[in-house]
Amino acid sequence: MQNMLTIISSALCRITGKNVGAQTVSELLIDLSEYVNLTSAAAPALARTQRQPPKPPPGARVVVSRSFADFTPQATFDIKKCDLHRLEEGPSQKAELTREQGLQYYRTMQTVRRMELKADQLYKQKIIRGFCHLYDGQEACAAGIEAAINPSDHLITAYRAHGYTYTRGVPVKEILAELTGRKGGVAKGKGGSMHMYAPHFYGGNGIVGAQVPLGAGIALACQYQGNNQICVTLYGDGAANQGQLFESFNMAALWKLPCIFICENNKYGMGTSVERASASTDYYKRGDFIPGMRVDGMDVLCVREATKFAADHCRSGKGPIIMELQTYRYHGHSMSDPGVSYRTREEIQEVRSKSDPISVLKERMLSNNMASAEEFKEIDIEIRKEVEDAAQFATSDPEPPLEELCNHIFYNSPPLEVRGTHPWSKLKSTS
Amino acid sequence: MTHSDPYINRSADWSKPTDLGGGSAFSPAEDRLKMAASLKCFLRSGKNAVSALRRREFHRSAPAAVQMTVRDALNQAMDEELERDERVFLMGEEVAQYDGAYKVSRGLWKKYGDKRIIDTPITEMGFAGIAVGAAMAGLRPICEFMTFNFSMQAIDQVINSAAKTYYMSAGLQPVPIVFRGPNGASAGVAAQHSQCFAAWYAHCPGLKVVSPWNSEDAKGLLKSAIRDDNPVVFLENELMYGVPFEMSEESQSKDFTVPIGKAKVERQGNHVTVVSHSRYVSHCLDAAAVLAKEGIECEVVNLRTIRPMDVESIETSVMKTNHLVTVEGGWPQFGVGAEICARIMEGPAFNYLDSPVTRVTGVDIPMPYAKILEDHSLPQIKDIIFSIKKTLNV
Repeated sequence: MQNMLTIISSALCRITGKNVGAQTVSELLIDLSEYVNLTSAAAPALARTQRQPPKPPPGARVVVSRSFADFTPQATFDIKKCDLHRLEEGPSQKAELTREQGLQYYRTMQTVRRMELKADQLYKQKIIRGFCHLYDGQEACAAGIEAAINPSDHLITAYRAHGYTYTRGVPVKEILAELTGRKGGVAKGKGGSMHMYAPHFYGGNGIVGAQVPLGAGIALACQYQGNNQICVTLYGDGAANQGQLFESFNMAALWKLPCIFICENNKYGMGTSVERASASTDYYKRGDFIPGMRVDGMDVLCVREATKFAADHCRSGKGPIIMELQTYRYHGHSMSDPGVSYRTREEIQEVRSKSDPISVLKERMLSNNMASAEEFKEIDIEIRKEVEDAAQFATSDPEPPLEELCNHIFYNSPPLEVRGTHPWSKLKSTS
Repeated sequence: MTHSDPYINRSADWSKPTDLGGGSAFSPAEDRLKMAASLKCFLRSGKNAVSALRRREFHRSAPAAVQMTVRDALNQAMDEELERDERVFLMGEEVAQYDGAYKVSRGLWKKYGDKRIIDTPITEMGFAGIAVGAAMAGLRPICEFMTFNFSMQAIDQVINSAAKTYYMSAGLQPVPIVFRGPNGASAGVAAQHSQCFAAWYAHCPGLKVVSPWNSEDAKGLLKSAIRDDNPVVFLENELMYGVPFEMSEESQSKDFTVPIGKAKVERQGNHVTVVSHSRYVSHCLDAAAVLAKEGIECEVVNLRTIRPMDVESIETSVMKTNHLVTVEGGWPQFGVGAEICARIMEGPAFNYLDSPVTRVTGVDIPMPYAKILEDHSLPQIKDIIFSIKKTLNV
């Protein structure tokens, strides 16, 4: 079957002068239909203008062969219904997606995926040290949330933060350079994997659960300042049992803070499955008096629609809301955890093949003729290059200078003296 | 009769020092009332009243010096800063409708309302985290712990979320917050409510730790702390709240601040340097008064700030007196006095010491309840006198 596919596909390439052949049957059918379209009597002029130039030299950018007119500009998709807690109605079960949006989400998720895989590589080469908690598998959460909120809204998460650091605006280059501890890193190499910040993005927090009261506080500031902004506060299934979460839920509900509490339930808190850690695994109900929704976290459209719903809820002054995103991480808890002692390889493989967020989106778009396989490949190639360049920078940029050691203790304060390792070592700290 | 105008209700008793209360503005009506009261007393009592009269204003300008309790100084500081900057707000248990567990925030909720003065549930870790988050997002919270013993529930937020963030973010994320409340021993509140946290918090880089003694310290340092763009731990003392002190003219200004990181010499002397902070400065001054009669002149240094510590002032004094005694309420091990000893040894003043540094501290035990035991768990004036004499070898 694959052989047949390749034969027909290559033939078609030779005829039409295209460089990249179809990889799947559906793509082949699309190519064939296009060829038929091109060579039909009805549009002979079109056929002539669509002829491809000779094969460009290797390494050059592939020119997309189709015009925009061929693609479906927008489609509506049925998405999974959310389980609801204390809500009369939930998010829409239909999601509209434009071609541009789809390509945008794809690009975002693929960038995060490739960036995390690159981090994996660098860690194994011992160029990244310490903690490294990778986000691959969960990309739909970060991409979907960002698609539903404004840049002026706020977001805070825990230590599995690289994806959100990217979606909140930090370039891949600065993320990787922070992981490798170089001066070009977003925190000048002083923070590391768990402590990256950006405007309206508050990290990156190492203490499990501590970010949740912080997020409620950011929401308080939004309410106080009356700026109609909201705060998205993320935590995991492991943190969901922390007492300070319930303290935050109480105050957020009491004061109607505009806070979306989001539990990214990836089924394992480090090596402990949710059944072994929580008396109730219905994390969307754990807010008790706070309404909640359980959302398919592997579908970027589901996440987006739910987040939109939640954001409207908060902005209308109804107070906080909880979202549980059911998602999955391919890697172990961190790079120190192979991730297979508490779950089977089959389980990981099954999620990869059936629910991978990037594949799900791509298939949707292809089967609705919203983009071509080449376009996706082109995007992949661009991203690969971006991540390669970023990794190159991250490995060649120098480490922060020793003069930086004691800086940034205090903000807006006169320089002070800091004691070094012995009394004769008097170091200087500036703001 | 309103909470914010205790002044008008107070009878004019010139023998007692007066508590100005929270009011800082003077109105014509008040002026007239005061003048009437002054004249009445003048006609009755003569000399006393004259000086008192001079204290009260005939003119619109602020009095030369007035008496104010530490509680009212703190209240005034917060009132002025709340008025000055919209981003400042106070949150904690009982701070609003109850007027403060120790009445430090009396009148503020009535004046500023629910938005700026927030009563919290009894959830320290939660509300301390909320305060830190609010600071990160641009507000300037004052987070009150009913006592610093309860701050242990929230200490992760103070250290890991507040103190370290500016450094971890390499300057991207400042945290302008004040954590304040009573610290150290009170009276009869036993072990879980009597711990001194000066050493614990002062251990951590990224925090400023302040410990005022008198009303001027309290007002000036709290204003500085609120205006500071960094996390400040502000250690008050419950037993000092009701103690009145004279407030200088300049300290009555709305812009009066005391710089963080500078100690103050409260009493000049040549024979021994006695360094202390918070309540024990009073003890040191009392001990100094007793010793003065025996010809021993103590130089009493009020640290005011624990971190960053003004070691230079201590060194300057030690290089003059050649002897050093530290006095604190906290436990001896790894405490404020221990740090002073280490710093003196590492600096130029060591060569000027004629005897080892002596630390006077709380007894190394959890605080007992029975009065006789409690009294003997903390430095008494006689302990300070004894230690000074031992240090001087007299």
